[in-house]
Amino acid sequence: MMSWLTRHVQTLVGSLGRLSQQPLASSLTVVVMAIALALPASLNVLVNNAQAISGSWRGVLDISVYLKNSIDGVAANELIDKLKRHKDIKQVRLIKAEDALKEFREYSGFGEALEALRDNPLPNTLVVTPAPQLATPAGLDALSEELRKFPEVDVVQLDTAWVQRYLAILEAVRRIVTMIGLLLALGAVVIVGNTIRLDIQNRCDEIEITKLVGGSDAFVRRPFLYSGFWYGLCGGLLAWVLVTVAVVLLSGPVRHIASLYGSQFELSGLGFLAGLGLLVSGAVLGWLGSFVAATRHLRAVEPK
Amino acid sequence: MKATALPMIRFQSVSKRYANGREALSNVTLDVVSGEMVFLTGHSGAGKSTFLKLLALIERPTRGSLLVNGENLANITRHKIPAYRRQLGMVFQDHKLLADRSIFDNVALPLVVANTPSRDVAKRVRAALDQVGLLKYEQARPIELSTGEQQRVGLARAVVTKPALLIADEPTGNLDPDLSLEVMNIFRRFQDVGVTVLIASHNVALIEKFNARRIHLEAGRLIESSSNTGEVLFDPSKFLAADVLAPGASL
Repeated sequence: MMSWLTRHVQTLVGSLGRLSQQPLASSLTVVVMAIALALPASLNVLVNNAQAISGSWRGVLDISVYLKNSIDGVAANELIDKLKRHKDIKQVRLIKAEDALKEFREYSGFGEALEALRDNPLPNTLVVTPAPQLATPAGLDALSEELRKFPEVDVVQLDTAWVQRYLAILEAVRRIVTMIGLLLALGAVVIVGNTIRLDIQNRCDEIEITKLVGGSDAFVRRPFLYSGFWYGLCGGLLAWVLVTVAVVLLSGPVRHIASLYGSQFELSGLGFLAGLGLLVSGAVLGWLGSFVAATRHLRAVEPK
Repeated sequence: MKATALPMIRFQSVSKRYANGREALSNVTLDVVSGEMVFLTGHSGAGKSTFLKLLALIERPTRGSLLVNGENLANITRHKIPAYRRQLGMVFQDHKLLADRSIFDNVALPLVVANTPSRDVAKRVRAALDQVGLLKYEQARPIELSTGEQQRVGLARAVVTKPALLIADEPTGNLDPDLSLEVMNIFRRFQDVGVTVLIASHNVALIEKFNARRIHLEAGRLIESSSNTGEVLFDPSKFLAADVLAPGASL
């Protein structure tokens, strides 16, 4: 068992050493692999950021809560205190009926018509800003439903249509990214497979001799599997670096754009777990590519 | 005794016809006794290489059956070939050494493929190199050695697993007479410790220096299988180590 393990580690390190003996060919494979992995990964980062934007446009996501006409300022403030303790609510602002009327008079152009009214027809209104994690249509609907149940509340108005459209588009884009990712993953397998095939051709003699002295198919295949693993792992690592560099380069301009829109939005990167995922999927794809190629082509190399 | 009761190699009406229609071996029947040293002679194309390829399971007979150490080779499926080959020691005319590995690593290869623990590998590789007188070259590359030395490295690799059967295809084909004799003497020493040795060679002058049986092939047919000696072919007292005949024990 111990010698088996030692042998595997030796092969693992040995195959890395062999890759470094052909730096140009190896690094070409790694770079192509990295691009194949970095493309879907960066698209994924893009989609995740686009989704985060929908949460950061707070002003647009605010829920307007019109209170009943019978509710005066004091009662409204009591309700505000209650709502502020709600975990899904970030902020509540009161627009007093008289302020609303004043504003309406100023901006609507119906000023004179309103003078004719004896009472203020506008109710006290609350502007509820939901917590950021609630920025999904379902979450907003649930919160509106909850708000509607308060006895003081008359009408709850929430325009989620645009959020729904936006998220539906994002969902479609996400699917496209997944499909691109799968295609590129297939491409990565083929790239590594082809490199391994050439490698096998170059090392025909060695394979033949190893088989002559009693090397099993599994033994002969092992170094090629590890080569594929290294190609994939290095490709994944480089892809991680590429995506991170791209995010760093873009974060400045994006912050500037966001500030022009009065938003605090920050571009988020790949994240540690997703980066690890990139390494793992690279290694798995590399291993898979070499497995397919080695299993297929090693059978053909027999002592003559 | 089992070793004397059963021949190391038994050809029973073996024929081999290649896909192109050429019959390389026709109805060959013969036994090689355990511990024997045998020369396989004949012109090129007489079937010597095919004879050895059948033994190494590089080719399969078209007809007839072939037994090695009591085992019918027809029962060895593709999957079991590596384990079978580990019981054989093979020496090739062109050495078949790995140019990018050290002499030590070359000789270690049969042990490494058999998953031998590293400690034992080093010990046995040095023992094998010592037997062919090349211990001081263990860190050299094959290219740094002379042809004769490379052939001895090939021999060390063949015996490092202590096989019961050693087969060689023209092991002196590229060597001058002095080196040829030296290499043949090393083969002889392995026979002395009980290893069955089968050597294909067309170097008649060299073969005549050794008291060993000759198997002569001509156009795929067995023409002559004669022992030109009266010596005892198998003598248990010559066994220096019991494990020589039990190569599988350490695998």
